[in-house]
Amino acid sequence: MMDLFLQQLVNGLSLGALYALIAVGYTVVYGIVQLINFAHGEIFMVGAFGAYTTWVVIGRPTDLSPGEALGVVLPLMILGGVAVSVSVALLMERLAYRPLRGAPRLAPLITAIGISIALQEIVRLFFGRLPGFPDSRQNVAFPSVRGISGASTRIGEVLVPNSAIFTLVALALCTAFLWFFVNRTAIGRAMQATSQDPDTARLMGIDVDRVIVTAFGLGAVLAAVAGVAHGLRYNAIDFQMGFMAGMKAFTAAVLGGIGNINGAVVGGLVLGVAESMATTFIPGQFGGSAWKDVWAFAILILVLVFRPQGLLGAKVVDRA
Amino acid sequence: MTERRRFLALGISSLVIASLSLTACGTRASSAPGDAGAKKVVKIGVIAPLSGGLSSMGTGIQNSVDLAVKQANASNALAGWTIQIDAQDDQASPDVGKNAATKLAGDKDVVAVVGPLNSSVGQAIQPILDPSKIPLVSPANTNPTLTRGAEASTNPKRTYTSYFRTCTTDAIQGPFAAQYLLNAGIKKVATVHDKKAYGQGLVTEFTKAFTAGGGTIVAAETVNPDDKDFAAVIAKIKPTAPQALYYGGEHPVSSLLTKQMKDAGLKIPLMGGDGMYDPAYITNGGSATAGDLVTSVGAPAESLPSAQQFVSDYKAAGYSSGYSTYGLYAYDAANAIINALKVSLPTASDATSARAATVDALGKVNFQGASGNVSFDEFGDNRTRVLTVYKVENGAWVANTTDEVK
Repeated sequence: MMDLFLQQLVNGLSLGALYALIAVGYTVVYGIVQLINFAHGEIFMVGAFGAYTTWVVIGRPTDLSPGEALGVVLPLMILGGVAVSVSVALLMERLAYRPLRGAPRLAPLITAIGISIALQEIVRLFFGRLPGFPDSRQNVAFPSVRGISGASTRIGEVLVPNSAIFTLVALALCTAFLWFFVNRTAIGRAMQATSQDPDTARLMGIDVDRVIVTAFGLGAVLAAVAGVAHGLRYNAIDFQMGFMAGMKAFTAAVLGGIGNINGAVVGGLVLGVAESMATTFIPGQFGGSAWKDVWAFAILILVLVFRPQGLLGAKVVDRA
Repeated sequence: MTERRRFLALGISSLVIASLSLTACGTRASSAPGDAGAKKVVKIGVIAPLSGGLSSMGTGIQNSVDLAVKQANASNALAGWTIQIDAQDDQASPDVGKNAATKLAGDKDVVAVVGPLNSSVGQAIQPILDPSKIPLVSPANTNPTLTRGAEASTNPKRTYTSYFRTCTTDAIQGPFAAQYLLNAGIKKVATVHDKKAYGQGLVTEFTKAFTAGGGTIVAAETVNPDDKDFAAVIAKIKPTAPQALYYGGEHPVSSLLTKQMKDAGLKIPLMGGDGMYDPAYITNGGSATAGDLVTSVGAPAESLPSAQQFVSDYKAAGYSSGYSTYGLYAYDAANAIINALKVSLPTASDATSARAATVDALGKVNFQGASGNVSFDEFGDNRTRVLTVYKVENGAWVANTTDEVK
């Protein structure tokens, strides 16, 4: 029983880490412009496809030694994914959100959904038409990286897939990087100031447009890392992968307190663990995997009833 | 400023519209009108998933129907008429399927439809096509209730007289798998299904037959069709020590499930139904799929002389993707329709007025198709009921046992 508990804890944490990486993007953007960017799931998706494209561009290396795979190819793939995600996110901000900056809140929400559909269709219809690329209307097999794909590490009776270790390490590194960025750099402090009071921040000489672009960029970096982690975990990527992952990550962001970066990380981990624990430890007919989403959302509702601001609460100053 | 905003909004909306219409155009098969000088046009619709995880199977269906139509036009099977194919993407979703069916029902030239792939989509579009008396012939729906009503096994009643299928059903597939496992000496099985009509039907029928044959179901779990992470379910099943896992659902999920199951140290064969019988299962699941099993409808294409002609014609036609699991059945479904049209069209002035007569004629067709003899019983099920168990060996599906179920 203890082993099963530990196994499910590992499963839950690694799933939660994936949610958390995506959730940060929702939270950072919301903290600055109070916009739920529903196309963020697609930023995660294009990041995964960007990493795949990088692998094709560098000549589809296979059968590498673990050193080459982990030291050269994987970092290149991550960088490629980040580059694609960030460019798409910045383009999206410029075309779909900036023109609507003064508009009622519903307008950018609708364009977000439009952008989300457009990005899915672009990948579905055009990615596979590039010469030498696989048909993107189906699952695309993600390149396997020696030392991570399909390998696992045994700790006692618990089997930890190496892809889960990668995801957790990536989350730890990204969280540290974010903390440093937000608290120790000028632009990071400008972000905090803008999230507290954009008008005063502008009066103090902060370039609010630049701050918003940075927020979109930051979220995209983490989403791309999540895209690579997803590919390594499941060995397949597809044009629809952003939808469900985005929904779950958004839930995680709300659970932790939308607008709060630490909250997004905590919310993601809690959601992942709740899902995997509910599968095993809720007895009778309400247990089992059929109900896991029900329990995940039940936890969300409970938290929102007793702590409407989420687990850690948002750092957004309430602007009535 | 407002000018620019309007321009942007226009740009984005046209992007979306363009991408949607592209999908529609991109999937329309071109059947050249050729010498349609004085010929009247009749259309056979196709509803299948042409994008998404199951598109390899859907495209195989579309191409096989296209092949049957091209051959019929070339041999002038229907004097005075040209057959065209109108393929619609249902994205394996009941809602999208409904839209496709509504669109086809509204086209006065459409006389019959081949499809869909998923039983859940079949359920959704039966009531849309039936009032227009458009026959729907599915090459792949295996859920028993589609032909025999809600109480399929105890009190069969035909719900829609316009619905036929060329494949066999889960009422046969599930028990066939159960028998195979019992014969192999396997007594403890865990079941998982994806809560869709197809997967649930398979597991229900499998469970009945397996327990009746003296086996035990040690764990019964479900997953969501869009889930990707099954670690939690696997960790729960593992302590029950099953000797095999029976999965009701399709290959996008089961290829992930088998991989994660074996990575987690649960090294038992995964067995499923025809929704898993696709090369993509092995491509996506990799080496983890070795030894996994499926039941699939009919006999292996390479073992049937009638099918070999189809296989070589299909190759010669030069389609960009394979005929997949249901190609044979889609080809036979299209030919069943064409055979019925030979009866119904000569007395009809246009395609719409031939619909009801085509339904009647379909009930009476009896011909030697690519998959074997094709004729429908009083429920619309194919009378030929042959099944095969395939096993993954050296990275390919290899036929293991073929049997006719009486």
